[in-house]
Amino acid sequence: MKIGVIDYGMGNLFSVEQALKRLGCEVVVTAHEQVLDATDALLLPGVGAFPDARKRLAEKKLDCYLQKAQSENRPLLGICLGMQLLFEQSDEVTPTKGLGFFKGRIKRFSGMNEGQSYRVPHMGWNELIMMHRPTWLKNGASAKHVYFVHSFYATDVEDSELVAYADYYGIKVPGIVSNGSVTGMQFHPEKSGELGVYLLEQWLKGVKAC
Amino acid sequence: MLTKRIIPCLDVKEGRVVKGIQFVAIRDAGDPVELAKFYDEQGADELVFLDISASHEGRETMVDVVRQTASTLAIPFTVGGGIRTLDDMKRILRAGADKVSVNTSALERPALIQEGSEFFGTQCIVVAIDARYSEEDGTWMVYTHGGRNKTTWSAVDWAKEAVRLGAGEILLTSMNQDGEKSGFDLALTKAVREAVTIPVIASGGAGHAEHFYEVLAEEVDADAALAASIFHYKETSVAQVKEYLREKGVAVR
Repeated sequence: MKIGVIDYGMGNLFSVEQALKRLGCEVVVTAHEQVLDATDALLLPGVGAFPDARKRLAEKKLDCYLQKAQSENRPLLGICLGMQLLFEQSDEVTPTKGLGFFKGRIKRFSGMNEGQSYRVPHMGWNELIMMHRPTWLKNGASAKHVYFVHSFYATDVEDSELVAYADYYGIKVPGIVSNGSVTGMQFHPEKSGELGVYLLEQWLKGVKAC
Repeated sequence: MLTKRIIPCLDVKEGRVVKGIQFVAIRDAGDPVELAKFYDEQGADELVFLDISASHEGRETMVDVVRQTASTLAIPFTVGGGIRTLDDMKRILRAGADKVSVNTSALERPALIQEGSEFFGTQCIVVAIDARYSEEDGTWMVYTHGGRNKTTWSAVDWAKEAVRLGAGEILLTSMNQDGEKSGFDLALTKAVREAVTIPVIASGGAGHAEHFYEVLAEEVDADAALAASIFHYKETSVAQVKEYLREKGVAVR
């Protein structure tokens, strides 16, 4: 299976590339449409600030490419900032429109919930609580935790699109969202040990079944 | 619920792990990648590599170690030691490390923290602080160059300044406790923990599983605890520490 990792100059692509290779995938890291066209699925990574990422996607016309990919039901996985970009809008730095594949808005953790202060970023291993499973996700992992590192999170997410969340001081932090061929993971599956590997593997099986 | 992290630290010199590690299960106890895998399997939540190479060649070797580790490991890891410029950060992070830690170089030129966090995001920049209690100052003071030179910064003030500049995490080592195996410096950890809003990793002094409990439990509430020799010399294991914490009701992975 061939995965196209979208290279738009945001973040470290080495780890995710290695994780996919360990699962037997051929991986191309590129911004070229023709090269991406020849892959079985797309992966949108990302670390950094939302407006910057959005601008870079637009500069390379990758935003249009992703819109087209979504309308053609091509499998797409967004990780971390790559997931946030799939939502309607983000408040990071300045309000910026996202790709709009998922309903909802990206907001900053306030650092305070019901009078209790908490750490920002949300950094470390947190338990994924399953809401409902998309067809590609089987219930076969014993590990429960995945590795998060982020200061912004998705809010007002549609219940039907929320696959799993983590509880951070009473805040429901969307961990996995899914709608048709598009999936988002807020945590880093490539850094999440056993469960991370399992989730990537299941997603790839889903791609295969497409 | 976010879990508390247990982080083994490996000292690497010229691409080899130093401090004679004693594991039967490992073919080459000096190979950082083999050891990293071992700790990953034991349930380590993260790893820290401290590069203590003195030579340029040693630093180049570290980049290879990082690349190999990132190709094998599925947990996050941090690299510290000898990172003085944004270019140094780029080399290490692009080779696959998740975070870099800066210590003396950040005290000499605090803008390094800002440059790093603006380029890579705050989550990539760990500020390591070596602190020792000073009777004269009535507080913990920050030291550079592996604890040789005292600065004019108190640990609490420097931690706050580091956050202002864009640090994503504080790795706090107590020089009083380091190597003593009598427990973490709870007062120091608590003081810094309360002064900043980013995660604090406590380091220095771990001797038993109870010590991890003391520093991670609610009273002190460190986000993570780091140790080297007690894991390397098999005085306890990551798995045993986690089991103990779990029994005591601390959330661990």
